Amino acid sequence: MKNVSNLDNMGHYKIPNSGHNRDDEAKKLGMWLFLFTEILLFGGLFFVYAIYRFKYFDEFKIIAEHMSITLGAINTVVLIASSLTVAMSITAMKKGKDNVAVLLIFITILFAMTFMVNKYFEWSDHIHHGLFMGADAFNNLAKGEGMFLFLYYFMTGLHGLHIIVGAILLGIVAYKIMNGSVNQDKLVFHENAGLYWHLVDLIWIYLFPLFYLLH
Amino acid sequence: MSGTTVLLKEKNFYEESSGLFSWIFTMDHKRIALLYLYAIMTFFLVGMTLGFIMRLELFAPGGQLMDPKTYNQMFTFHGVIMIFLVIIPSIPAVFGNFMLPIMLGTDDVALPKLNLFSWWLYIIGAVMALSTLFWGNGSADTGWTFYAPYSVTSETNVSMLLLAAFVLGFSSILTGLNFIVTIHRLRAPGMTWFKMPLFAWGLYATAWIQLLATPIVGITLLMVVVERTFGIGLFDPSLGGDPVLYQHLFWIYSHPVVYVMILPAMGIISEIIPTAAQRVIFGYKAIAISSMAIAFLGYFVWGHHMFTSGMSGEARIVFSFVTFLVAIPTAIKVFNWIATLYKGSIHITPNLLWASAFIFNFLIGGLTGLINGALAADVHVHDTTYIVAHFHYTMFGGTIFVFFGGLHYWFPKIWGRMYNMKLANVALALTFVGFNITYGAMLTVGVHGMPRRYYDYLPEFEFLNKVSTIGSWVMVTGLLLMIYNLMRSARKGEIATRNPWNGVTLEWQVPSPPPLHNFDHKPILSPNGPYDFGILDQVNALDEKRK
Repeated sequence: MKNVSNLDNMGHYKIPNSGHNRDDEAKKLGMWLFLFTEILLFGGLFFVYAIYRFKYFDEFKIIAEHMSITLGAINTVVLIASSLTVAMSITAMKKGKDNVAVLLIFITILFAMTFMVNKYFEWSDHIHHGLFMGADAFNNLAKGEGMFLFLYYFMTGLHGLHIIVGAILLGIVAYKIMNGSVNQDKLVFHENAGLYWHLVDLIWIYLFPLFYLLH
Repeated sequence: MSGTTVLLKEKNFYEESSGLFSWIFTMDHKRIALLYLYAIMTFFLVGMTLGFIMRLELFAPGGQLMDPKTYNQMFTFHGVIMIFLVIIPSIPAVFGNFMLPIMLGTDDVALPKLNLFSWWLYIIGAVMALSTLFWGNGSADTGWTFYAPYSVTSETNVSMLLLAAFVLGFSSILTGLNFIVTIHRLRAPGMTWFKMPLFAWGLYATAWIQLLATPIVGITLLMVVVERTFGIGLFDPSLGGDPVLYQHLFWIYSHPVVYVMILPAMGIISEIIPTAAQRVIFGYKAIAISSMAIAFLGYFVWGHHMFTSGMSGEARIVFSFVTFLVAIPTAIKVFNWIATLYKGSIHITPNLLWASAFIFNFLIGGLTGLINGALAADVHVHDTTYIVAHFHYTMFGGTIFVFFGGLHYWFPKIWGRMYNMKLANVALALTFVGFNITYGAMLTVGVHGMPRRYYDYLPEFEFLNKVSTIGSWVMVTGLLLMIYNLMRSARKGEIATRNPWNGVTLEWQVPSPPPLHNFDHKPILSPNGPYDFGILDQVNALDEKRK
């Protein structure tokens, strides 16, 4: 008897609840928990926004006039559409249509890029008009107006960062579908990336009215 | 028996592979735990040295060793190291990582890659924090709370330290997330929620706080960084901001995080005491649920850090009331521990002594906390060394004492060897006596009105400060002796059996040290819960089979 494995017929104990077993539920649970933390991260900013909106009610209204509702609305539509395509790509994967899924992911990434380009024009327009921290025009604004713009840059900037991360994640998903490590039976990574994308989308749904629509 | 069957002992997790890379890229929860342990002990020694030097500075009035600015930087760095690099990760990241999967009867955490990633984030955060010492105007001098507006205007490396705290917070979130998923998904078949060991309950409550509170402070610290970079006054009153808002946002996290520090410690006590008393824990469900109750209530008490900052009277009364409520679940635990010892067959082990020292210290820490929680008394003791002593009684005398108690409890399991009991007891005695002299004197001198965070003081405070400094010498001697004893024993101690303390929870059923996949047999679970000493013979028989 050279091997412990035969000891008292206990066998080499195979653990049914091993941490190295494939467990899609665990990964999804982990992702949902992570999304909580993301909501709280932005929650801190929404909280600060609420406080200062209350404190500088009129100034927030005045400065919000500078926001282009058109550009904001276009971005909102783009993001909602991208959430649709990402959801469709997951459905396509579940039906085993890998190529359709990859195509839909690329469309999603294209939407993400559209969003960022749009954002770039929007920001550079503001900066061009001196509405950025440090510029003269900015320094002449009332305190509440500066606060609004600062929060605008901070919150949409952090959101933009999330768009970039989400797009990279989706790119990795597309790559994994093409090399087969994400497939019809094993797509939890794809689903998690989709969840993340929906969250990023959802945060924008709140940012849009707060910065563009509330005059 | 020895003649006919030669049983090959299974390789333990140390022998499985070797080399630096097999450690720093490991996904084995036990190795990750040890990586944390060595890093945390190193930072603890750094923090301890800083504290020691500060006490030397306070030996006599007037500047002894340093100028005021250096002193400010020292207590800031001492705080940042001890809070973010030592206490917050200490018990969850070391014992949680090592013991949780074993106690649940599994072979790893649910997300092993994420676990390794957390450790790397921790190291990156640590390097970022330490780097602030070496460039620019030196380490931050704001205090670990980074109160605005000074943190916005200070010329020192505040931004980098804030980013370090952000990264460390992220690491803490991911560890908590991992534990929640592990507890939900990987309990051994038959281990229902109320059959989990209480340490797992402690970690579960902790993990939720880590998850739901840390992001707030993360974004708050980021706000200060961005504010410093762009010169906008979110928290700077001269630019239209509100510094009290910073305090709210900071304490919304930083009060719950106090329970991140203490709940896993209470979990360890709930393990040590039934094992030492050799009987089932008294009030299992009450202890488990009180952990969750503390975690829940902990979200609604942050205002008690700000009684003197200017809040409405109503808000202060509510915060004060809820603060008193926290004492209830805490007291439930203490009474249950004491009741467990009642009529038990108590084995006096070093780990039980550490646990008793904890209960003593925490009693003082908790009761002095009630004095701060009372509105009128708080105004008197606010910002005195009384507060410093109070939170050292809870954090150091509480959490860190239990951390060392846990180290003594699980030492044989982790290293497979026993330590020198006599030396361990002497080290504990020195630490305990030194601790109480150091902080007892600070408590007293604080009530007499000595403000905290000053490098100098009035002559009438000299005697008690001298006592306190002398106490710190005793304490440091004790701590160094303990570390010496453990380090020596890890290599040269007697070989430990599987179950040296006669415990019945699952970690005593695996070999010491455990093999890579932890269990070499099906975990023995009692239908009567985790502390049923009826299965002790079965557990101890596991070792016999091997001999």
